[in-house]
Order: sequence, then structure tokens, then C-alpha cells
Amino acid sequence: MSIELKNVSKRFGNVVAVNNVSYSVNEGELLALLGPSGGGKTTVLRMIAGLEMPTVGDIYVRGQRVNDLSVQQRNIGFVFQNYALFKNMNVFKNIAFGLKIKKWKRAEIKARVHELLELFGLQELERRYPHQLSGGQRQRVAIARALAPKPGVLLLDEPFGAVDAKIRQELREWLVTLHHELNVTTIFVTHDQEEAMEVSNRIVIFSRGNLEQIGTPREVYEQPSNEFVARFIGVMNVLELDVRNGVARLNELEFPSHGLPDGQRLRIGFRPYAVQISSDLKAYRHRAILRHTYFLGVMLRVELELPSGLLIRARMTKEEYAFQGLDDGKEVSFQIRQYRVLAREGDKLAPEVAVTHDVPVALGEGI
Amino acid sequence: MAAAPSTDTEALRRSASRIQSQRGTEEPPLIKWTLIALALVFSAVFLLLPLVNVFAQAFSKGLLVYWNSLTEPDSWSAIRLTLTVAAISVPLNVLFGVAAAWAIAKFEFRGKSLLTTLIDLPFSVSPVVAGLMFVLLFGLQGYFGQWLDAHDLKIIFAIPGIVLATVFVTFPFVARELIPVMQATGSEQEQAALTLGASAWQTFWHVTLPSVKWGLIYGIILCNARAMGEFGAVSVVSGHITGQTDTMPLRVEKLYNDYQGAAAFGVASLLALLALLTLGIKTLLEWRQARAYELAQRAVEELS
Repeated sequence: MSIELKNVSKRFGNVVAVNNVSYSVNEGELLALLGPSGGGKTTVLRMIAGLEMPTVGDIYVRGQRVNDLSVQQRNIGFVFQNYALFKNMNVFKNIAFGLKIKKWKRAEIKARVHELLELFGLQELERRYPHQLSGGQRQRVAIARALAPKPGVLLLDEPFGAVDAKIRQELREWLVTLHHELNVTTIFVTHDQEEAMEVSNRIVIFSRGNLEQIGTPREVYEQPSNEFVARFIGVMNVLELDVRNGVARLNELEFPSHGLPDGQRLRIGFRPYAVQISSDLKAYRHRAILRHTYFLGVMLRVELELPSGLLIRARMTKEEYAFQGLDDGKEVSFQIRQYRVLAREGDKLAPEVAVTHDVPVALGEGI
Repeated sequence: MAAAPSTDTEALRRSASRIQSQRGTEEPPLIKWTLIALALVFSAVFLLLPLVNVFAQAFSKGLLVYWNSLTEPDSWSAIRLTLTVAAISVPLNVLFGVAAAWAIAKFEFRGKSLLTTLIDLPFSVSPVVAGLMFVLLFGLQGYFGQWLDAHDLKIIFAIPGIVLATVFVTFPFVARELIPVMQATGSEQEQAALTLGASAWQTFWHVTLPSVKWGLIYGIILCNARAMGEFGAVSVVSGHITGQTDTMPLRVEKLYNDYQGAAAFGVASLLALLALLTLGIKTLLEWRQARAYELAQRAVEELS
């Protein structure tokens, strides 16, 4: 089901929860609405569902304007953050609820519920009540219940927020597989950018009611359209440099002024992977102490402390780390390979700048 | 479908509570038992003794007199009237209570706090004042008195008046039981039902009502007990017409004032029985709810 929002705004009294949002969802897509709490993403989801009405703007489903359709008429499946399972009904009855309302025949209901129970791996739990299920099981029942009447779109409101981290990971993978099999247009809300990046085809990023960017996970990571997105997605080191004598400087770090006059502040941001580190103190022009190493599996996160006390986060593989013979407390040299000029929030970001330093002293040459 | 708890868990629990009392998180035994003794003595003197006395006095002239006091026509009609009034007031208050609780728990609207206060009004108003209120409204010299008389409608000194007074006095019971339960349940389950295509009525019937089942039953029991036992308001409104507008409590008063002590206590014993029955059902319900909760907790623990 393709969905389109045109200039949708939502006001609660004086508070603008959603501000002039327009975007479209492709048929069969798995779309994430991402942003910090209070950003307006849940409100947008509820407006698509019909649980809230837009103050201004139109919502179209397959070309038809749905603003005036009630919740019941919209043919959507909604999964709430806290599952909202019917406590007085067992799993079977919960999943069958929507079908009973639609007056399906008993045999048809039974067939459909069993189909879903099998698909979701919930067969033995048919007679259990919600309080007898684990968090992950409850969530799957909630999704099964929403999908039972074969809705045109599945909407999930922070579906994995209330679950243990390990289960969350499993459920994410399971959702991707499910979406692949059923091919229902799916929109889910999350504040976890890792989740959005991992699961979705495209991400819509919200901040304080505004739509900041739409793109594939790769697009929003590599080409953030403004500072908010750049800082929200992934990790970003941010430096504030003072421009003096045509050079932007922060203690020992120097960067081009990028057209800013003396006395102005230049803000730049760079990703951890853009920091190249070497144990050879002559390899790169800047010095730092390796303060702390975080072991994250294949990658290592490394914290560098500059002489001025500034902290920079960098990333490298285990192999590279071992090859360089690095350890906590060691002095290293580093350079920043790529960075981005950060404008005021909301302004469009310039593309990344690749840094050309002096040609590094070749290993083995000189002193 | 929860499995039976393992004996290990039970043993652990018992030893844990023993350790707890030894560690001093409870009061020292002396204070604990003093307080319990105090409560027991108080209950015995002020509650148990009078209750036992009612039955003792009722049966003091023998079983036959007891039976006659109940089946005597005027007493019997009082019993019938009490049952009738309860049969009308309780369902009405269930209706009002559910509607009011639903409005308060699920919606925000202007005048909500006023409604909440109004619901508590019958608790704070003296029942006699409540009865008087209706007399001032519907009595012959009352606000609607002339109009009612012209249409040959009798409210005061007739059954409708008694019903009205009883409804007023027992109004809060159902609502007050339901409001916290509905608020605790929240509205997400209902929203879920809506997204699945249920109409407002279907949502109410299949989702809202079952979720407040125990609170509703409890509220009905309390409402019924009060409806049957109400004296003050009904006394003002009924006119005490023997055989017509006497409810059981009024009958007890009349019999006692006519020096028919044993008969008075006879009818009173029925009311006392009702009180005991109400308490019994209440305790049973609480026990069942606690048991259900405990089983659910165990089931959850076993899964994690």
C-alpha cells in the first residue's frame, strides 16, 4: 500500500508536534521513522492509523484521501509499544479478534490463526494468557494479531523498546525476514538509530516535529543533509575551531578556514573511521595518547586524548590495532582523513572534505 | 496453565521470611502481638458482640417466634419492598457508575473534576439531608410538588421516592470501584481493538468490561449491601406507611418502638446475615484475585 503525506501538521494546543511534513511510502517498503523522543514520529504514525487527526494537511493511501476515514475503516494493523494484548483473552482469541469483528466463519478463523501461529513459532502458546508469556512472545502475538485481518499496511510503535537487548536483536532479524516473506508495507517508529539502520529500506528522520531527511541507511550516514542528522546517525566527533590569520585552529589542530573571516568559529565534524592512527610518531602530524580501548567485537573503539585534553573517538579493526602494537596509555600519531564543515542546525551541509596533509614521512626514512 | 511451584521455591520463601523477621525489618514480637490483640479486642467489643447479640435476641423466644416474625404480613412486605428497591437501584447505579467511570478514566473534558466531586457527594452528605433534599424537590410543598400532584404522580411517601433516595445514597460505590481500575488498565487495549475494526460498543463489551470484571462485582456487592441497609434517607422520604412504604430497616425501627423486641431483632438478623454474606463474598473475591495474581506472577517468574 503506498502512502503519501502532504503538508501534514499536528498541533496540541500551542505545541506543534508535527510541522509541515511531506513524504511518501512505497508499496511493500519497510520504512523507519527515526528521531529522539518527542520528535513527532509517533504522532505521524498515529495519524496514518487514524488514532489522531492532522490539524492541517492530507494523508493519501493508494491515491485516496483518508483524513475522514475512521480508524476502523483504514485497514491498518497497529502494534503498540506495550503490546496492548487483551488481558482477558488467550493467545488464540487475541489473534482471532480482528477476524471475529469482520465476521469470518469459525473454520476460516481457525485456519488463519493457526497459519500465523506456525509462521510466528507460537504453536504451543495457543491457550496461554498474555501474563503467561515472555516479552518477546507477547510482541510476536501483538504483531500476529495486527496481521491476522490482512491489513494493507503494518504500523509499529517502538515495537522492541520494552524487550531485553538480546531479544531485541533477534526480533529485529525476525521482522526483516517476516517483511521479506509477507511483503506488507511496514512503517515502524524507533529512537534507536542502529535499529533503523539495520532493519529498514529507508529512514525518515524527525527532530522536534520537523522532517530532517529521508534516505536509505547508507544515504543518511554518508550524506547527512544537515548537522542534526550528521550527529544523530552514527558517532561524530565535533570540533570548534577559531579562525585566526586565515587558519582555523584549535590548540594543536589546524584546518583551512573555508572562507570564514578571522574571529569567526568554524565547526567541523568527522567520523571515527576517518581517524588514522599509527604507533609511529612520525607517520602523521598530530600526537595523542591512546586513553581507552573499547572492545566491540570485530571493531575496536579507541579514545585519543590530545595534549590539550581534547578527546577524539576513533575506530579500527582488531587486526590493525594489533598490527600497530597499540595499547592503553601509548602515545600515537594520527590524522583526520575526511571531515565535514558543520553549519548551524537546519542549514544544509557541505559535502565531506578530504584532507591533504604534507606527505607523511615514509617509514624508515629520516630519524 | 501455570505449572505448580517447585518445593524448593516454597522452602526458599519460608526461610526468607524467617530471616526477614530475625533481621529486624519487622517490629519486635511484643509490639506486634500487642497491636494485634488491641485490634482483636476492639473488633470483638464493638463489632462481634453486637452482631452475636442480634442473633441471640432474635432467637431468644424460640425458633417459632423467629419464623413468625419474618412471615408476618407487614414484615414480609417490608422484606419484599427492600428487595424490590435493591433490584431497581443497583442496576441503575451500575449503569450510572460504569458510564461515569468510563468518562472519567478515558477522557479529558471540562467539568471532569466537577463530576468526580459530585460522585463523592453522597458520601459526605448526611443521609437524612439527602432524603430531605428529595422531599424539598418532589414533596407536595416542594418545587415540583404541584406539577406532580396535577398529574397524579406520587414520589414522596411512595416507592419511587424510596428508589430515588436509595439510588442517590449508593451512587458512588460502583463508580469509585471502577475508576481506579479503568485508569490502571489504560486505553491502549481499546485503541488496539479499534485498529482491528471494532466499533465503540464492541470495544466496550469485549475489552473494557472484562478488564474491570472484579472491580465491577465488588462495587455491585457494596452497592447492594448499602441499598438494602439504608435507613436515614429512606426514613425521611418514605412516610413510614406500614405494609406499603416500610423497608426492612424501617420495619426494624417500628417493631422496636412497638416493644416487639424479638421480632425487631428477627428482621434485623436478616440484615445482619446480609452483611455477613456481603463480607464473605468480598473476602472470597479478594482471595480469588490475589490467587490469580500470584499464579500469574509465578508463571512469569518461571519463564524468565
